[in-house]
Amino acid sequence: MSGSEACAEGALSAGCGFLAAYPLVPALEILKRFAARFHDFGAVYIQMEDEIAALAAVLGAAWTGRKAMTVTSGPGFSLMMEHVGLGVMLETPCVIVDVQRWGPSEGIPNKPGQGDMMQARWGSHGDYEIIALAPNSPQEMFDLTVKAFNLSEEYRTPVMIMTDESVAHMKEKMTIPPTADIKLKRRKYYQGPKNKYLPFNWGKDFVPEMVDVGQGYKFHVTGLTHNQKGYPVINAETQELNVHSILNKIRLHSDRIAEFDEKDTQDADVVVVSYGITSRDAAKAVEKAKAQGKRVGTFRLITVWPFPEKRIAELAKTAKAFVVPEMNYGQIFYEIERCARGKADTHFVFHERSRDNGVARILEAIDRAFKESRAS
Amino acid sequence: MNTLESMTKQDGHPIEPLLRMDRIPHIWCPGCGIGTTLNAFVAAVNKLDVDRDKLCVVSGIGCTGRVAGYIKLDSFHVLHGRAIPFATGIKLSHPELNVVVFSGDGDLVSIGGNHFLHAARRNINLTVILVNNFIYAMTGGQVAPTTPVTAYTTTSPFGNFEPPSNIPQLAEAAGAVYVARWTALHIRRLTKSIVEAFRKPGFAVVEVVSPCSMYYSRLNRMGEGIDMMKFYHKNSVIKHGEPTENLDIKFQKQIIVGKFVDRERPAILGSSGGPDAEAEP
Repeated sequence: MSGSEACAEGALSAGCGFLAAYPLVPALEILKRFAARFHDFGAVYIQMEDEIAALAAVLGAAWTGRKAMTVTSGPGFSLMMEHVGLGVMLETPCVIVDVQRWGPSEGIPNKPGQGDMMQARWGSHGDYEIIALAPNSPQEMFDLTVKAFNLSEEYRTPVMIMTDESVAHMKEKMTIPPTADIKLKRRKYYQGPKNKYLPFNWGKDFVPEMVDVGQGYKFHVTGLTHNQKGYPVINAETQELNVHSILNKIRLHSDRIAEFDEKDTQDADVVVVSYGITSRDAAKAVEKAKAQGKRVGTFRLITVWPFPEKRIAELAKTAKAFVVPEMNYGQIFYEIERCARGKADTHFVFHERSRDNGVARILEAIDRAFKESRAS
Repeated sequence: MNTLESMTKQDGHPIEPLLRMDRIPHIWCPGCGIGTTLNAFVAAVNKLDVDRDKLCVVSGIGCTGRVAGYIKLDSFHVLHGRAIPFATGIKLSHPELNVVVFSGDGDLVSIGGNHFLHAARRNINLTVILVNNFIYAMTGGQVAPTTPVTAYTTTSPFGNFEPPSNIPQLAEAAGAVYVARWTALHIRRLTKSIVEAFRKPGFAVVEVVSPCSMYYSRLNRMGEGIDMMKFYHKNSVIKHGEPTENLDIKFQKQIIVGKFVDRERPAILGSSGGPDAEAEP
C-alpha cells in the first residue's frame, strides 16, 4: 500500500468522519482513496473551492462532533495558516496532512521536501503551540494518522502530519491492525447542566471540555481573545489567560506527546538526528559509519512539535556532535543547535535525495563531524 | 430604574430569550441598522417555530460579524470572510441543523467572495443575511466593494472610483435559489423575507441595506443614522421580480428592493450530507 493510501485508511480507522480538501500535487492520492471509501464509513467528503475553505469546513465539521481532517501540500498549507490560528484559538480538534514538496512558492510539485517544518510550528500569527508528526513509511502513515486524531482529540488542538512526496508515493508492505487493536481517543465531553457550560473552562490540564453544536448548550466561541465563557474580552489579563492556556496545554504535556526513536545513542560520539524519509538514508549512512568503526547513534523524530528539547539537551552532554540531514536548508537543525546550547557541535547536511547521493552526503557529514569537532 | 429597565425587569423584552443579555449593551452605534436587522431575525425565528437547539449562527468579522456574539444560539464568530465555508462544514456534517450565516458586505462579497460564489453554486442549504452598509465600518470607514461610485470614505477622499458589486445579481448568477433585498427600515418585509429564505431549501440570500451612522453618514453628509435610515426607506422602490441586472445601487439614488429570485435548482446531493438527501441526479 502507498503512504497516501495508508494515510486515508488510517484516517478512516481512526473514525475520521469528514474530509474537506482542495486538490494539490503530491497529496492527491490521499483524496482519491478517501473519496472512494468514505461512503462505507458514513463519512463526508467535500472538495472545497480552496484550501482556506477546506480547513474552515474542517473546523466547522469538528464542532458537530465529527473527527475531521484536511490534506494538502506547501502552497495549500500556506493558505491554511489563518485557520490553523482559528483552530488553535477555538481549541478545535482536527488533523492537517501536509505532503511536503519543494518550495518556495510553486517550487517543484512532484519532488519531496521538508521545507514546511518551521511553517508548521510558526506559520500562523501570534503565540501558540502545535503538535506535528513525521512518518517515514506507509506503516507509519497509517499509525501516525491514527495517533494524530488521538492527540487532536485528547488535547483539543489541530495536529499536523508533516510527510513528504516520497513517503506518500512509496509503496511498502504494511499491516492494518484489527479494529479492536486500534486504540481510539475521544475529546472530553462536558456533562453538567446546559446553562453552566463554559467552552473554555481551562482546568488543571488546560484542556477544556467540549460539546457539539446542536445539543442545546447555546454556546459562543470566537477567534477574538476570549474568557472561559467564550466571550470576547479586550484586556491584557484575558489575553494572558487565553494564550497561557493554549501554550500550557501542550507545554505541560510535551514529554507525553513527544515520541522519538533512538538507537545506539548511549555511547555515541556523533548522533544523527533526522525525521521522515530522510531518516531512512540517515540509518543507512550510520550503518556504513559504524562499519568503519565509528561510534554513531541515530535519533529519529516521530513527533517534531513539540520538540523533544530535554532529550536533545541530555544527548548534547554525552555526544560530541550532532549531524542533522534535512531536505531543506536548515530548519530543525537550528532547533538542535538551540537545544545543544554549545555543548555539542552541530553539522547541517542538505539531504539530496533526488540525485541519489543522499546516503553519501550524510556519510560525508558524519566524517566531517568526526574530523572537525571535539569527536576527533 | 428607568422605564426600559423596569419593563425589562418585569416583563422581559420580547426578544430577550434569543439574546445574550450578559453581553448587552452591544457595540453598535446609535442609528446603526444591524440592530434592527437582528431584531427582524429574532422576529423571524419566533415566527418560524424552529427548534432553537438545532439552529446555529456563523458570523465573520466586522460590525455585522458581531451578531454571533449577541444571539443566544450556538454561535460561531470565525475569521474574516470565512463564515460560509465554516458553516458549510457544519451543514454537511450535521444536515439536520439549520445554519444561518449573518455577516457584512465586506466579509461576504469581498474577502469571502469566492466562498459566496461556491456555496451558491453548490446550492447548499444555508440562509445568508448580508448587511450591506457600503463601507468597512468596524475598521473606521474604508472603501468597500459595495461603496457606490463617487461616495466618500476615509480611503476614497475624492470619491470612490470603482464600480461596486451588485449583490443580488452576483448571488443569482452564482446559483442562489432565493434572493431578496430590503432596507433596515422595512422591518416587516425583511422579517418575512428571512422567514422565506429560512424555509427555502438551498442557498438563500437576504441583502439588508443598512445605514452606517458613524462613517458613511458623516463622510457623505447624510445626517444622523435615523435620517439615513429614513432616506434609504423613502428612496427605495419595491419591485418584486425585477431582473437582478437592474439592481445596481447608485450614490444617493433610488434603491430597488423586493424579492428577486425564488426558484428551484439542484442542490448538493445527499451522499455528501447535503440538504437534498433523497434526491437523485
